[in-house]
Amino acid sequence: MTRVARSAFGIALALSGGSAFAGGQEQESWLITNARIHTLVEGAAPIESGSLLIRDGRIVEIGADIAAPAGAAVIDAAGMDVYPGMMDSVSQLGLTEIGAISATVDTVELGEMNPHLRAATAIHPASEHLPVARANGITHAVVAPGRLGGFGGGGSGISGQASIVHLDGWTVEEMDIEASAGMVLTWPTLSTRSFNPATFQAERRSFREAREEYDRQVAELGEVLDAARRYASVGEVGARERDIRLAALGPVVAGEMPLLILAQGAREIRGAVEFTAEQGVRMILLGGSEAWKVKELLVEHGIPVILGPTQRLPGEEDEAYDQPFATPGELHDAGVTVAFATFGSSNSRLLPYEAGHAVGYGLPQEAAIRAITAVPAQLFGLAEDFGTLEEGKVANLIVVNGDPLEIRTQVEHVFVNGVPVSLDNRHQRLYEKYRSRPQPER
Amino acid sequence: MNTTRNVRALLLAALLAAPLAAAQDTVIRGGTVLTVTEGTLAPGAILIRDGKIAEVGASVTVPDDAEVIDAAGMFVMPGIIDAHSHIAAESINEGTVAVSSMTGTADVVDPYDINIYRELAGGVTTSNILHGSANPIGGLNVIIKHRWGADAAGLVLEGAPPGIKFALGENPKRSRGMPPGVERRYPATRMGVQDVIRQAFIEAEAYRQEFADYEAAQARGERVLPPRRDMKLEPLVEILEGKRLVHAHCYRQDEILQLLRVAEEFGFRIATLQHVLEGYKVANEIAAHGAGASTFSDWWAYKVEAYDAIPHNAALMTERGILVSINSDSAEEARHLNQEAAKTVKWGGMTEGQALRMITINPAIQLGIGDRIGSIEVGKDADLAIFDRHPLSTYAVNQMTFVDGEMLFSRERDQAMREAMAAERAELEERLSESDAAGRGPGRRGGPRRGPREGARR
Repeated sequence: MTRVARSAFGIALALSGGSAFAGGQEQESWLITNARIHTLVEGAAPIESGSLLIRDGRIVEIGADIAAPAGAAVIDAAGMDVYPGMMDSVSQLGLTEIGAISATVDTVELGEMNPHLRAATAIHPASEHLPVARANGITHAVVAPGRLGGFGGGGSGISGQASIVHLDGWTVEEMDIEASAGMVLTWPTLSTRSFNPATFQAERRSFREAREEYDRQVAELGEVLDAARRYASVGEVGARERDIRLAALGPVVAGEMPLLILAQGAREIRGAVEFTAEQGVRMILLGGSEAWKVKELLVEHGIPVILGPTQRLPGEEDEAYDQPFATPGELHDAGVTVAFATFGSSNSRLLPYEAGHAVGYGLPQEAAIRAITAVPAQLFGLAEDFGTLEEGKVANLIVVNGDPLEIRTQVEHVFVNGVPVSLDNRHQRLYEKYRSRPQPER
Repeated sequence: MNTTRNVRALLLAALLAAPLAAAQDTVIRGGTVLTVTEGTLAPGAILIRDGKIAEVGASVTVPDDAEVIDAAGMFVMPGIIDAHSHIAAESINEGTVAVSSMTGTADVVDPYDINIYRELAGGVTTSNILHGSANPIGGLNVIIKHRWGADAAGLVLEGAPPGIKFALGENPKRSRGMPPGVERRYPATRMGVQDVIRQAFIEAEAYRQEFADYEAAQARGERVLPPRRDMKLEPLVEILEGKRLVHAHCYRQDEILQLLRVAEEFGFRIATLQHVLEGYKVANEIAAHGAGASTFSDWWAYKVEAYDAIPHNAALMTERGILVSINSDSAEEARHLNQEAAKTVKWGGMTEGQALRMITINPAIQLGIGDRIGSIEVGKDADLAIFDRHPLSTYAVNQMTFVDGEMLFSRERDQAMREAMAAERAELEERLSESDAAGRGPGRRGGPRRGPREGARR
């Protein structure tokens, strides 16, 4: 049903190879031929002139030469490269439309303890941001609630569950990959300076006060997890005892769902690592501006990092000018697992360049590509279905005319959940509309 | 704090002691030279003398005592020019009045802003430091060269045509986020924004007439008192006389057209439309008016007037004959304007040459300094950036930046300085802990002050 409708998008695609998707009829298989196939399977070299067959949403065959099955649409990708679709491993796609118009923003709920809230509830499938990201090869994304841009001043607490979705689908249920993929926790910031939005004034407090506040917040988090553990130990509860906040934390205290902890400063990262080690819960660090200062600790505890935008200013005046560019490479060299994310929505399409920017400053190019494909799939337990091009995996993939980390490279075809999706989007439409505006004689 | 100061002082000292004095000739050779205006030389060479480009060619004269820089495998391009910046300045949005043309960023240039150096590291050599966007008519601008180590006056690009900031749309009508207790201020609509600009120029014309009448009376030999000077209106008279460039922040097509029409009513031309995110919708009109356009590469959707922003904007406007530059408006974005320019190749199909122009000669022309900077040509200022790959590559890393022939950034030297800084920091921290152990206050009497003392910053 959805396949029929979605394959209709495919018809609009301009195909380079002369063959076309079967118009109007149900299309279930696609064969990409003559492509350089980058499977991103560790240690595997690209297949120089290979074919890839997609059927019923999955990659069913990859090889040097595959005969087109009856009814398969053939895409001749001569001179092009095929990669796994890119995964924005923390985004707010679908939760926000126009940043300054609060009526269009569903990122931050009131209150500091909202583990029972789920991003998927509020993902707007018709958001204009989704096709924009998709057209540049982002095929699926983690959508996380919370004030993710809040570098230090954004308050703390559990903002809810992150959901992983395909960037295509008629409804959010069709987009669903994993609705409860991680629990987002903004770690308390130990800061003597704060900004009071009620008065628009910067406020200062003593270090002792800041420390006490920080310790109190951390202790409260511990108490909440303890309560969740007790709640889980009870098993069945009566209707009057039911607490969906504590129930939502059950998978976290059971070690099944990772805490996605947003922390930037070295002191805060250290605090979060110690906390999760004590609590025996899984942690993925988000942001991690100063992760480079505590990389040994991250290695020791096996904590992966989803880095905030690479293209940031250094945090301190005397920090090296290129520290944010070099951090991914430094962490990678130290043995920390690194993924990239945009933490945003309108800029999700720039994910490959956040990764690419780190390459000039020491991150191996292959690691950079894996950090937006295979690595996040592993981090979120999706490696069986996503992240590399292998037989049996979900066909989320892109056909590009070069290195996807290079800005000048064009994305030619995008497959999401096994079907080609339209690369049309708000920007392309406006471009074409106004490009066709008559031009006066000059 | 002391540590930071010392570290900064060390950095400054190291820079001031840079081995390349301007008096010495420098030759850069062995690499690819992207002249921007006169093609690509591969290999190409440049002779720098007295801060200027003295020769450009496949090979150049190599004086005996010249410093020779081997750029093999590298790409030399003109220093990047950012037509919209707010670095090296603080508190530059005088929002209490609707017309703030009596203020100017030149008065608050901060030569210690580390962003001058950070952007230099990204290949930026010149920035247009603009007033904020709270007012339909904002403050005066100043164009600086990234002469890191110079004082405030030394940063200013001498002889550049003066300019002024205008702003349209959501910001001057103050749509969002006013702090509690701040009163509303006229204008609150785009109609009011246009009105404020018109009223100001009506006043400016009257003011100019007062002076004309005064001068005429003087010429007739009458004894008359001169009119009282008005620092708000003087810059506007300069605009009317074509002596001051208007750089107008704008987003939506309607407000863009309105500004062009007001300017035409008063007989002046808008030099640049800044941001101009819907410029692609009224490209015919902008081209006819003759304004330049300076835009972001791809920001959109952060506010409603940016919802129709498209990354093809620069390309579409270029196709319609508008002179287009890509700016940053951000100390961070400015560090990779080369990548931002590459986006016009991806979105809109600009050639690599057109893309490079958008961060070099085009902004130079827009700022009225295209005869001095913006391309690698004999006689121009030796403002250069040397990248290890083609600068439109995501992987390209700037290795050296020259301003007026002086190498003010070198990646190699920066890395050496880091080691020195780390060593000094470690030493200072050790002293601090020693003095703590000795029961004295933290660091205050921990030892003699080292290095030259830097003036108080703010």
